[in-house]
Amino acid sequence: MISLAGRDILHAWGKFVFTGLGLGLLIGVTLVMAGVYRGMVDDGKALLDNSGADLWVVQKDTLGPYAESSSLNDDVYRSIRAMPGVARAANATYLTMQVRKGDGDVRAMVVGIAPGQPASTPGWPPYLVAGRQITRAHYEAVADVASGFALGDRIAIRRNHYTVVGLTRRMVSSSGDPMIFIPLKDAQEAQFLKDNDAIRQSRRRTAANPVFSRPGQPGVLEAVIASQSTNAFVNTVLVRLEPGHAADAVADAIRRWKRLTVYTRPQMEDILVGKLIATSARQIGMFLAILAVVSAAIVAFIIYSLTMDKIREIAVLKLIGTRNRTIAAMIMQQALALGVLGFVVGKISASLAAPYFPKYVLLVPLDSIAGFFAVLVICVLASLVAIRIALAVDPAEAIGG
Amino acid sequence: MKKLPLRNRSLALLAVILPLLALFIYVALRSGPLAPVAVTLETVEAQELRPALFGIGTVEARHTYRIGPTVAGRLARLDVHVGDLVTAGQVLGEMDPVDLDDRLRAQESVLRGAQASLREAEARRTHARTQARRYEQLFAVRSSSEELMTTKRQELEIAEAGLASAREALEGARSSLEGLVAQRTDLRLIAPADGLVAARDVEPGTSLAGGSTVLEIIDPASLWIDVRFDQIGAAGLAAGLPARIVLRSRDGRSSSGRVLRVEPKADAVTEELLAKVRFDAIPQPLPPVGELAEVTIELPPLPEAPVISNAALRREGDRIGVWQVVDGGLRFTPLVLGASDLEGRMQVREGLEAGDRVVAYSEKPLGAKTRIQVVDRIPGGPR
Repeated sequence: MISLAGRDILHAWGKFVFTGLGLGLLIGVTLVMAGVYRGMVDDGKALLDNSGADLWVVQKDTLGPYAESSSLNDDVYRSIRAMPGVARAANATYLTMQVRKGDGDVRAMVVGIAPGQPASTPGWPPYLVAGRQITRAHYEAVADVASGFALGDRIAIRRNHYTVVGLTRRMVSSSGDPMIFIPLKDAQEAQFLKDNDAIRQSRRRTAANPVFSRPGQPGVLEAVIASQSTNAFVNTVLVRLEPGHAADAVADAIRRWKRLTVYTRPQMEDILVGKLIATSARQIGMFLAILAVVSAAIVAFIIYSLTMDKIREIAVLKLIGTRNRTIAAMIMQQALALGVLGFVVGKISASLAAPYFPKYVLLVPLDSIAGFFAVLVICVLASLVAIRIALAVDPAEAIGG
Repeated sequence: MKKLPLRNRSLALLAVILPLLALFIYVALRSGPLAPVAVTLETVEAQELRPALFGIGTVEARHTYRIGPTVAGRLARLDVHVGDLVTAGQVLGEMDPVDLDDRLRAQESVLRGAQASLREAEARRTHARTQARRYEQLFAVRSSSEELMTTKRQELEIAEAGLASAREALEGARSSLEGLVAQRTDLRLIAPADGLVAARDVEPGTSLAGGSTVLEIIDPASLWIDVRFDQIGAAGLAAGLPARIVLRSRDGRSSSGRVLRVEPKADAVTEELLAKVRFDAIPQPLPPVGELAEVTIELPPLPEAPVISNAALRREGDRIGVWQVVDGGLRFTPLVLGASDLEGRMQVREGLEAGDRVVAYSEKPLGAKTRIQVVDRIPGGPR
C-alpha cells in the first residue's frame, strides 16, 4: 500500500517545506509569547529566590518592598533577630534608578546589602558568573550582566563612584531591570541623599529660620543641620528562619509583637505575580489568544488552498474509484505532517531567538508539549474543511476542466 | 525542466527534514530547563592570606583652636585671613576697648595721687618721729611734761598708721591699674600656637557674645583621618598597623599612614568602630579638613591554609559551603571559614584540602542532581 499523502508531499516537496517553514515561524512567535509571560513570572520568582529570605518585614500596612515603597528604621532588625525562630535578619534597600557609566546610563534596581558573610546573609547575590563578592564596606558593586557592565568598570550612583567587582546572571527586578548590589550604607545614602544644590538650599532655609539661629546660641544651627542630613532607614528586613519553624507562626509573632507587616514567600509571590505584573500578564495572555486564533486561521487557509490546488487530482482519484476514506486520510495526514514540521521549526526558532530578547524569555517544556498538541488539534480541525470540499467534488471535473 | 525522479526527491526532502530534526533534538536538550548548567571550576590552593580592613573617614585636625573674646564686646579689627599662617603669640585682632583706655588713664592718675599721698604720709611720719624723739629727750631732763611726750608719741603712731594706709592705697591703685591693663591685653586676640587660619567667622564691627568664635586656627602638622570601620570584619584593628589613605580628590594616589589609636567607644547607632589614622607625611598641598578619605589597613599575614574565592560560597538550607566536584558529580561540602582579604579570598578552616575542585561560577543555582558542563567562562557573561 502506498501512502498517498507521502506521494503527494514528495510531488511538491518544495512548496510543502516552505509552507511548513512559514507556519513554523508563526508557531515560533506564539511559543515566544508564552515564553515572555513565563519569563515575567520567573523574573518575579527570581527576585524572591535571590533575596534568600523566608520572610519580608516591611513598614506597617504597605505592600513593600517591591510593589510599594516601605521604610523602616535600620535598627529594627536587631529586635527581629531576637524573635524565636529567626536564624538571620538583615537590612536591605531596593531602589530602581538610572545608573551612569561614562556618558550613558542603564536602568537598574540598586540593592543595598547588609555587611556580612556572602551566601549566609540574606540579600546577597547567591551565585556569580564572574569576579567576586563585595568585600569592602563602601564603593564596590556587583552588577548583573544584563546591565552591560564589565568587571573593573567605574559606575556612578548619585555622587559616588563604584567599582564593579563581580557579575551575576538572572538577578533582576520584577520588571526585568538588572540588579546592582552595593553596600547597605552607600545604598541608604543613595536612596535619601539629595543633590548638592538641594542640600545647600535646605541649609540656607534652616539658617534663615530665626528659631534655629538665635544670637547667643551658636551651636544650635549646626546641630539642626547635622540632624537633617542623617538617614537611618531601610526598605525591608529580610528574615531567614531556623529549620523547624513555620513561616506563618514566626510571621504572626512579628506582626503581633513588633507591629510591622510581614510577608511569607507565598504571599510575596502573590503580590508580585498577582498584583505587580497582573495587567501585563493579561495583556500578553490576550495577545497569545489572538496569535493562536490567527495561527489556526492561517493553517486552515493553507490546508484549504493546498487541497484546492490538487482538486483535479482528487477528482481523478474519485473517478478511478478511490474510497472517500483514503482521500480524507491523505488530506488529514498532510495537514498533520505540516503541523509537525511547523512545530519543529517553531520550537527551533523560538529557542534560538529567546536569548536575544531584551527581557527574559522562559520556554517551559510543558508549554511546548501543550503547544504541540494544540497545533495538531488545529491542523485536524483545519483539514476537516478541506476534506468536506474534497469529498464534495464532482468526479466529472477531472475530464470537464 | 525535467522533474527530479521520485527517489531523488525523497532524498532531497530527507536532506531538509533530517537536519531539522537533529537541530530540534539539540535545541530541546541544550537550551531551556533541560540543558546542563555551565559552571567554572577553581582549585583550592594553600596560600598565605594578607587580610586587610577597609574604612572611610574624613580629614580632621587633631588640634583646632577656636579664638574669640572672653567677654561680650564689639570686634575692632581682625588682621588675618583664612589661609594665613600664624605663629604662637601673634596678635590676630582686637576687640573694641570702648572706655577701657579712659579708665586706664584715670587709674594711672589715681595711682599717682596715691604715690603723692604716700609721700605726704612719709613726711608726716618723719616729722612726728623727730618730734617724739625730741620730747623724750626733754622729758628725760625734766624740761617737758610727760603729757606732752605722750601726745607726741601718739602723733608718731598716727603718722605711722597713715603711712601704712597710704602704702596700701598705693598698692590697691597699682593692682587696679594692672587689672585694667590685663583687661586691655585680653581684648587682643592672640594665636595660642603656630597654625593655619581655617575659618574667619565674623568681620570687624560685629557685636559678639562672650565665648563666641572669631577665628579657627588648625595645626596643619596634626592632620589625621577620623576613620570608621564596620564592626563586622573589623577584628584585628589595632594601633600601629600600616594604612593606605586615598583622598577623594586625589583618586588613585595613595599616601601611607599608621593607625594612631582605636577609639575605646564605638558608634552604637551606625555599628562602626572608630579609629584615628595619622599620615606618615602630610600631603602637600594640605588636604582640606572634612575631605573624604578611604583607608585600607593591612593586617599581619596569616599562615598558609586552603583558600577559596568568596564567589564559590553557596548556601544550602542553613549550611554554608561550596559545591565540590567529585567524580564528575556535584557534592555540597559545608565549610568552616576563617579570615578573608579584600580581594575576596577566604581561608577554609575545615572542609576542604588543597587540590580539591570546587564550583566557582555557575549560570544557575545548583543542586546535587544538576547536570553540569564545565567551561572556561560562563557563556553570555562578560565579553
